Amino acid sequence: MGCGTSIAVENQTRPSETDGSIKQPSPALTIKAAILIQRWYRRYVARLEMRRRYTWNIFQSIEYAGEQDQLQLSSFFSFMLDNFTQINGNGPDLISHLLDSVVDPLTEEVRQLKHEQIVVPESYSGPRLSFPLSVTDTNALLSAFKEEQTLHGKYVLQLLYETKKFLKQMPNVIYLSTSYAKEITICGDLHGSLDDLLLIFYKNGLPSAENPYVFNGDFVDRGKKSTEIIIILFAFLLLYPDHMHLNRGNHEDHIMNLRYGFTREVMQKYKTHGREILQLLQDVFSLLPLATVIDNKVLIVHGGISDKTDLDFLSTVERHKVKSALRLPKRSIDHLNVRACSRSSSRHSGRSRLDSPRSSGRTSRASRRKKKNFTKQGSCSSSSSSSSSSSSSKCSPRVSSRNTPRRPPPSPSLPSPTDVLQVPFLDSFVSLEPPEPPREELEWQQVVDILWSDPKNQNGCSPNSFRGGGSYFGPDVTQTLLQKHGLCLLIRSHECKQEGYELCHNGQVITIFSASNYYEEGSNRGAYVKLGPELVPRFFQYQVSRSTRKLTLHQRVRVAEGSALRALKEKLYAHRSELMAAFQQYDIDNTGRISTSEWAQVVESVLRLDLPWRTLRQRLARLGADGNVEYASCFEDISPGEPIPPVTPNLAETLYRYRTDLEIIFNIIDKDHSGQISIEEFRQTWKLFSSHLGVAVNDQAIDDMARSIDFNKDGSIDFNEFLEAFRVVHKLDVKEQQQG
Amino acid sequence: MADKYNAETIITETQKRISNAFDVFDHESNKTVDVREIGTIIRSLGCFPSEAELHDIIAELEEEEPTGFVRYEKFLPTMTKILLERKFRPIPEDLLLQAFEVLDQKKKGHLEPEELTKYLTQEGEPFTQEEMDEMLSAAVDPDKNVILYKDFVSMMTFDDIR
Repeated sequence: MGCGTSIAVENQTRPSETDGSIKQPSPALTIKAAILIQRWYRRYVARLEMRRRYTWNIFQSIEYAGEQDQLQLSSFFSFMLDNFTQINGNGPDLISHLLDSVVDPLTEEVRQLKHEQIVVPESYSGPRLSFPLSVTDTNALLSAFKEEQTLHGKYVLQLLYETKKFLKQMPNVIYLSTSYAKEITICGDLHGSLDDLLLIFYKNGLPSAENPYVFNGDFVDRGKKSTEIIIILFAFLLLYPDHMHLNRGNHEDHIMNLRYGFTREVMQKYKTHGREILQLLQDVFSLLPLATVIDNKVLIVHGGISDKTDLDFLSTVERHKVKSALRLPKRSIDHLNVRACSRSSSRHSGRSRLDSPRSSGRTSRASRRKKKNFTKQGSCSSSSSSSSSSSSSKCSPRVSSRNTPRRPPPSPSLPSPTDVLQVPFLDSFVSLEPPEPPREELEWQQVVDILWSDPKNQNGCSPNSFRGGGSYFGPDVTQTLLQKHGLCLLIRSHECKQEGYELCHNGQVITIFSASNYYEEGSNRGAYVKLGPELVPRFFQYQVSRSTRKLTLHQRVRVAEGSALRALKEKLYAHRSELMAAFQQYDIDNTGRISTSEWAQVVESVLRLDLPWRTLRQRLARLGADGNVEYASCFEDISPGEPIPPVTPNLAETLYRYRTDLEIIFNIIDKDHSGQISIEEFRQTWKLFSSHLGVAVNDQAIDDMARSIDFNKDGSIDFNEFLEAFRVVHKLDVKEQQQG
Repeated sequence: MADKYNAETIITETQKRISNAFDVFDHESNKTVDVREIGTIIRSLGCFPSEAELHDIIAELEEEEPTGFVRYEKFLPTMTKILLERKFRPIPEDLLLQAFEVLDQKKKGHLEPEELTKYLTQEGEPFTQEEMDEMLSAAVDPDKNVILYKDFVSMMTFDDIR
């Protein structure tokens, strides 16, 4: 670089300032200074990148761990359904009416009439839809939702009803063409993020005959505007039936919605009609098409494929019967023999489905590490599983697994010739007549594979153990399927990607994800992909930003990191007693300190999160003067809110850990959505739940707590208040708020 | 110093740090990382190699037939040596400040974005446009449109060690 001299020259020609003592640094010094700054800054950026990566890992691990818990919940529902016919004297109706499809006593016409007769008050200032819909209606909806208005329940019901009628005539697999030089836009998961949908429409235009769209599932759950999203999507679906296409995702499933927020959102926004809306949604979701094919060359499904996927078979499936991937088809339950609780070591299913994700997740971190190979980002264990493979807590109670060291993964045993096919179901094994599972199950499996599978990097097709259904499919599986049907590309969604999209399997698979900032502000971009007649994908990325000023990279990382660490600290807190007990085992001399290695080991084994704990340690726990970790310090920053009922710390911790599950259960029990349940119901539910988990909770403690919660002594509990009590407070946040 | 620590422990602890950092970038979980991430990993472990020094390290780590990946077996001994020998020590804040002051020839107490850009994209081991843009977005005071380097340095140092 000849710039050194030029700077010197410049200095000399510049008029001198009034301050005469300007130093003229030698060019060499300037270069040295520049190098120093460059080196320092690059190091800083590297550290930032490291923080960004592990922040991502934290979010993913917690998400996948949380979704493993979904298994817990759905197996609990099954447990309740099948074992307790007398809950409050109401029998399984209590649960089943929400979990299973209900036969509508009213005919379609009568129901439609009822909807028309709903009176919308004059004071309602939101959109009033008229069917058939027109552009006026969709524009009105978009403006209303931008203004945070809510569509009246009557119109929601009518919209859903029309959508259901429309979807009934659609096939399972929809064939599209890019003729007339139209580009088709394909969007991935939205998860209730209305901002992202509006941003896509802003950047790419509204759906129309000239601007066709495919939305690839997971419209709901997690985000707060799931209702608005499906209203908009269904409205456009009815308006442009040939140019707007929706694929079903694994979250278009009422059991998933129970846990991941959509049910709650609907019930909160629609107090009068919420229940009916949810019932109707069950049908609508199950009627959503499963796949879209463009120009007979590009296959679009939400999750992925397996080695059993066959588009021809898929076309014949009765898709509306698969209301939820988390419940096996009802009829097959009747066919099954009595569940012999064979909690033995022969846990291998003849159908090559791994056993309990719960126990295998617990027992085999080693195999989970292997599974890390499957996706580019860390732990790939995704989402929940079918209740059919939840041979979980009853057979292996949490208590014992906490204390035992990680068990080696169960060795797959070959089914003996005399054996019937053993399928893990609920907490036991159920025999199926080999070799042909009933058609309904084959259909169920096809559907679940489409909705739940994930790609992996190695060849082969293995069961997606953490989901209990669906597979991990390798490049060879992709290749085979594409060849079989003369296709060239698979587009799927289902997994969050930092850049909003990702290619794998030698470019034959595209993952497209459209919810930006999915984990936290700044965590990831969203993207959509456009395909023209030449079928070359063009990607468009975006990121919704709440703040008006653009955040710098390091600000974004800091925000995301802070959020991830808070979530992690909550996890630590939720397992406090387990952790302390394990820490103390290493701390023989009772110094309050253990080595970093020991600390990392304990945390990893208790929390079962595959994270770089040694790197994270500096953010989570303090070092003593001797360089060892003061293990109690990782709980310092977080403390419980004011618990209303005085409970033992152990019980508080357990309640905190399961509060999400409890909330869901309460919501189901609370049939009239009053926010109140009876003390008796509370007691029974809690006892069931804790016995299912294998948590040892003193009956008396529960009774006392129930009674103390009932403030006005009228025999009912306001469970929202109850749950509020078990929120935690991050002390540092409080301090910042006070200072800020 | 605790009784627990001896040379062996230090080596083991160091290696575990290296392993941890490596794992964060080992996406396929097969004990390899993309060679382009090596700089990031080394820097995140607290070292400050210059670009030239980094190139030398990478040359050492690559296979005879460069695959684009670096294996952990090769990375570990090299990195251990670097850390134990405390090569590439961190840059103290005051030295950094002096460097900025050198560039601030008129002793204004701040730098114009154009000035800094010129130095950093043309001198030493030049920044790419992307690197420069990113630094400017963090360094430039939005109201005065200059780089108050004293504040910038202390903010970055604080954020880094927090």
